[in-house]
Amino acid sequence: MIPFSYSRATDANGAIEQVAGNHTKYLGGGTNLVDLMRENIERPTALVDVTGLSNEITETPDGGLIIGAAVRNTALASHPIVRARYPVLCRAILAGASAQIRNMATVGGNILQRTRCSYFYDAAGSNCNKRTLGEGCDAIGGFARYHAILGASPSCIATHPSDMCVALAALDAVVLVDGIHGERRLALNDLHRLPGDRPDVDTVLEPDELITAVELPQFSLASRSTYRKVRDRSSYAFALVSVAAILNVKDGLIADARIGLGGVAHKPWRARKAEAILRGGPATIAQFEAAAGAELADAQPLQDNVFKVELARRTIVAVLEDLRDTQ
Amino acid sequence: MQTSTHLEISRRDLLISSAATVAVTGVAGGAIAQSAGNDMVQTSKVSFIVNGDIHNMKLDNRTTLLDALREHLHLTGTKKGCDHGQCGACTVIVDGRRLNACLTLAIMQEGRRVTTIEGLGKPGDLHPMQAAFIKHDGFQCGYCTPGQICSSVAVLEEIGANIPSHVTADLTSPVALTAAEVRERMSGNICRCGAYSNIIDAISDVGGMKA
Amino acid sequence: MNIIEDAKQAVQGLVQGAMAKAVALAPDSWMPGGEPDPLIRHQHGHVGKPLSRIDGPRKVTGSATFSAEFPVDGMVYAAVVFATIAKGRLVEIDTRSAEASPGVISVMTHRNAPKLNPPPVFMSSSKAAGGDNLPIMQDDRIHWNGQPIAVVLAESQEFADHAASLICATYEADVTLTNFAVAIAKGTEPSLFMGQPLHNEIGDAEKALKEAPVAVDATYRTPRHNHNAIELHAVTVAWTGDTLRIHDASQLVAHTAWSVAQMFGMDEKQVVVTSPFVGGGFGGKCLWQHQVLAAAAAKIVGRPVRLVLSREGVYRVVGGRTLTEQRVALGADKHGKFKALIHTGVIAKTPSNILPEPFIMPARSAYASETMLLDVQAVELDMLANTFMRAPGEAVGTFALESAIDELADALGIDPIELRLRNEPEKEPTSGLPFSSRHVVEAWKMGAERFGWDQRSVKPGLVRDGEWLVGLGCATATYPYYRMPGGAARITLTRLGQATVDIAAHEMGMGTATVQTQVVAERLGLSLEAITFNYGDSTLPGVVLAGGSQQTASIGASVIAAHRALVKELIKIAGNDSPLAGLKPDEVASRDAGLCKADDPSRFETYASILERAHRDEIRVEASPPDPLETMHWSMHSHGAMFCEVRVNAVTGEPRVSRFLGSFDCGRILNSKTAASQFRGGIIMGLGLALMEETQFDERYGRIMNPSLSEYHVPVHMDVPDIDVIWTDIPDPHTPMGAHGVGEIGITGTAAAVANAIYNATGKRMRDLPITLDKLL
Repeated sequence: MIPFSYSRATDANGAIEQVAGNHTKYLGGGTNLVDLMRENIERPTALVDVTGLSNEITETPDGGLIIGAAVRNTALASHPIVRARYPVLCRAILAGASAQIRNMATVGGNILQRTRCSYFYDAAGSNCNKRTLGEGCDAIGGFARYHAILGASPSCIATHPSDMCVALAALDAVVLVDGIHGERRLALNDLHRLPGDRPDVDTVLEPDELITAVELPQFSLASRSTYRKVRDRSSYAFALVSVAAILNVKDGLIADARIGLGGVAHKPWRARKAEAILRGGPATIAQFEAAAGAELADAQPLQDNVFKVELARRTIVAVLEDLRDTQ
Repeated sequence: MQTSTHLEISRRDLLISSAATVAVTGVAGGAIAQSAGNDMVQTSKVSFIVNGDIHNMKLDNRTTLLDALREHLHLTGTKKGCDHGQCGACTVIVDGRRLNACLTLAIMQEGRRVTTIEGLGKPGDLHPMQAAFIKHDGFQCGYCTPGQICSSVAVLEEIGANIPSHVTADLTSPVALTAAEVRERMSGNICRCGAYSNIIDAISDVGGMKA
Repeated sequence: MNIIEDAKQAVQGLVQGAMAKAVALAPDSWMPGGEPDPLIRHQHGHVGKPLSRIDGPRKVTGSATFSAEFPVDGMVYAAVVFATIAKGRLVEIDTRSAEASPGVISVMTHRNAPKLNPPPVFMSSSKAAGGDNLPIMQDDRIHWNGQPIAVVLAESQEFADHAASLICATYEADVTLTNFAVAIAKGTEPSLFMGQPLHNEIGDAEKALKEAPVAVDATYRTPRHNHNAIELHAVTVAWTGDTLRIHDASQLVAHTAWSVAQMFGMDEKQVVVTSPFVGGGFGGKCLWQHQVLAAAAAKIVGRPVRLVLSREGVYRVVGGRTLTEQRVALGADKHGKFKALIHTGVIAKTPSNILPEPFIMPARSAYASETMLLDVQAVELDMLANTFMRAPGEAVGTFALESAIDELADALGIDPIELRLRNEPEKEPTSGLPFSSRHVVEAWKMGAERFGWDQRSVKPGLVRDGEWLVGLGCATATYPYYRMPGGAARITLTRLGQATVDIAAHEMGMGTATVQTQVVAERLGLSLEAITFNYGDSTLPGVVLAGGSQQTASIGASVIAAHRALVKELIKIAGNDSPLAGLKPDEVASRDAGLCKADDPSRFETYASILERAHRDEIRVEASPPDPLETMHWSMHSHGAMFCEVRVNAVTGEPRVSRFLGSFDCGRILNSKTAASQFRGGIIMGLGLALMEETQFDERYGRIMNPSLSEYHVPVHMDVPDIDVIWTDIPDPHTPMGAHGVGEIGITGTAAAVANAIYNATGKRMRDLPITLDKLL
């Protein structure tokens, strides 16, 4: 870890004022940033502790929720409204990491966590374009079990590790951002990038920009939502594939369907092709399979993760079937 | 299902082109050192309460809560097993919530109340969970044990506080104390000796779970 | 190993071979254990009781002190920099930025490291402890990807770690061999284990296989594994004058002291290694570079040094279990009698270490077969030396062998337990030696009944619970009984009736102090409170390895020897006025804090009375047991029957173990509480072996790519169901206390039981570990 200065902010303006440039980072729970600093992958010279910012969860007049960026993951998953109306979010959070880490991690930090690609983490011994652009990607041709099958590029096949974000993607969450040039609202689905030829850039945020809150739209159908995570051990492991889904079936027809996929791409993957096929169609297994197949038709797996195409297909279908049967 | 190999081909090309390269230069840290100006030692004053005692310290900003406890306060009951939040040996309770002391900086703990294994009980004056671990042989080498015990104490409180877990079937009903709930909630604490079954017995005993 | 080492080993092997014949033919009574340990007859004393660990209060309060926790004044913190190529030369290592970094005291590289002899590699001599025999920071050669190339010494860990990141190395890479398949294609070499070729032949097995009415023949693969003890490898070292003090996490303190002394050119008494608590070992807590680097660095800076390897550092510096590719072919007649048993294959090692993962060990003694061909071939790769990990050989060997037996049972249409019982050997097939104690049939019967084996669906893939396919499987567990030479113990008995036993043994979770206190109390006829058991210090008597599940035997035999010396001395000083007058040591037993005539307990005098009359405050004896010839006279093994219920998700392929039973035949159980824990612990590591564990070695670069507890999966709480363990509790008449070690057998057979259960659940044969969900989709 390189030396750094440390300060605390109690509000967004205070935090943004302290940002001195590219070498300053906002510090949330620290569960990812502190770790990356210890590995010399993140090298900020100044940290602004933003855990003192809003940790409130408030209902909006139209029945949505505003979640302060400093809300801890456990607090969010335990909130009665989240449990009752947004089970997909509750379950996604609870599927992630360990209780200790969920107690520490903030909503803002969870969104901005970086990939767990082992070649990215091996700063001393492996090449990684995400760490050092132009160095090459040792994950390609290496151990790629946890790597992307959708939206990857020849320069990066990393995946986004968050579970929570997969649910937020399906929920059409909006991220509230503040920065030197003012506030803006971003769809979560537009926040994270695909790697392209700039895998070193994870999101569209500017270095000074700070996530202040996440807004969940009102969702009458959110109560028929769930999250399923498939992993190599029963707990405390990253997803090989995860599915966040929201399904509304009326009279045997699919009124609405939203699907997020985790463990398959550089960002929480919104399965819009699948949704388009589902919407208005019959809530049958054949339809679910057609939708999953359409979404995964573009998959470009490697030798190590070719199984994820079939795994994702099956998991999508099983989750939709499960939601249909509990309507 | 189709398998695309274009990425692998591009990688192979890269390998071929670099196969003849003899000298490989690497900086162990992965990036070139920054200007010397960054190498100033940065310290901060911080005070927090550990097991009831206030400690005022001046620490390197980089010092984790774990290293502050072990190296500065000599409370070595809290263990370092991975230093990455991957094993749970460093679990302590801060303001009533358990966390991994290796993933949080000491300077972030200003004004907080930290409880470590030493604060739960001492030989001759054991916390009920510590006594239950002995009774049920909930450990072998004893290294992950302080973290397991701090987590165990917190697990019963979390269930009591109706905090759900991954295995909670009904998110809107009160959480019940079951073996599955305990196993899931304890999964952030790895025991390589394999005392898991006995740990569950110890927690069930203290929590009053029906067998 | 080079040719000379090979030759030396081969000669040793020949001598041992000749010795072995003589020992095999000698009368039982000449053997250690020829007369049963009298303690076996003590049925209602301390031995066997579920005593809670006597060090429990320290462990549960965090007051047990591990090696990185000894406070030393003026201590310096170390950080290690590792090579990033698999083989070659360090052209340049630029340490200037690191040296100029705040808080840094010194940087040690091959340029300024003190001159050291290479480490004596384990098994090359009786006290050798080195993981390999490569020089430590003596030259610019790189032998593996991860080799230490620099050690930064600083006033704090933060300073040291940061400075380490500033060190810049330039390498000249050699052509490397890091690919297992390529190495096999280039040719394999026969291998030796403990001086003996890993090769056995009975008849023409290939011919018998061809002619057998029913046969199976398949290849099984197991990957590399790492021990992953939760305690990081750490040392706190200090030089005081010419004496080097090492607070280590060690399974072999005496070996380490001697080996480090060899390297520094010192007398072994000048190196003191202590290790009162070890945070898990499993074969990994032996002598690797970090202890030596810390000692060398402490010499350079003239201050004590603490070196704690990072988790990644443990993977870079401490070897693990190597990978195997095994063929098992079984031929049988229609009734299931084995006509041919072939277990052959290849492992990878390095040119600088000795251990070829001896996966044929189970097949040597587990089953009768008309013909047999067992063979382990080796290739050498440019990698960190492989080493012992819990049940080396047996853990992965039983996976292949016991899976193959299940396959044969399926082909024959015979129940797999019945098939095993039909091939129960009368004596060890490969050596012809009689078994010292073998009750595996009882273990099978007890286990099958308790587990409900009769509930198993014979046809696979038929039992379903919602999304989950359910199956049952079983396998034999087996692990040899070892007792290594070199044991010794000291007993001090005071007039107050307090006894202290000193022996350079180890506690890494087995409950050593607890169990030995029970045994010593019983042997001396004292209360538990009267016993002090000192261990974990190289200055104590004995060269005892906490490995091979042999420490209990080694301590037990040493204490028997010391106890015998004590009794002899007590009778001598008791004189003619004692009720014991005229008795020989063999005629005497201990009871109620004194000695009595064995067959006339009324002839009795207390220790206090004997010592008082002799005007002695205490009596102290030290003795060594005879060499372990018993292991060449009998075939000595622990056995078990493993039962597993597994659930495989029909949608996702996720395999989860839902129930497990281990039924063991391991001699007499000395402490039913701690033994049960060790059995369970072994089984849990076996579940990891079966389902998730793999050290990912990137063959392109020879680099381990998952050096973390996040990417290397070991089982967590949620992966582990209720594990039932039962045992025969039948003493082995030829071992101290009638006991066998119980630390390793739990991991044997477990992976096969899981794989066989998965076959029963799904109809899919899993021959490559770990059995991850993609293989079951």
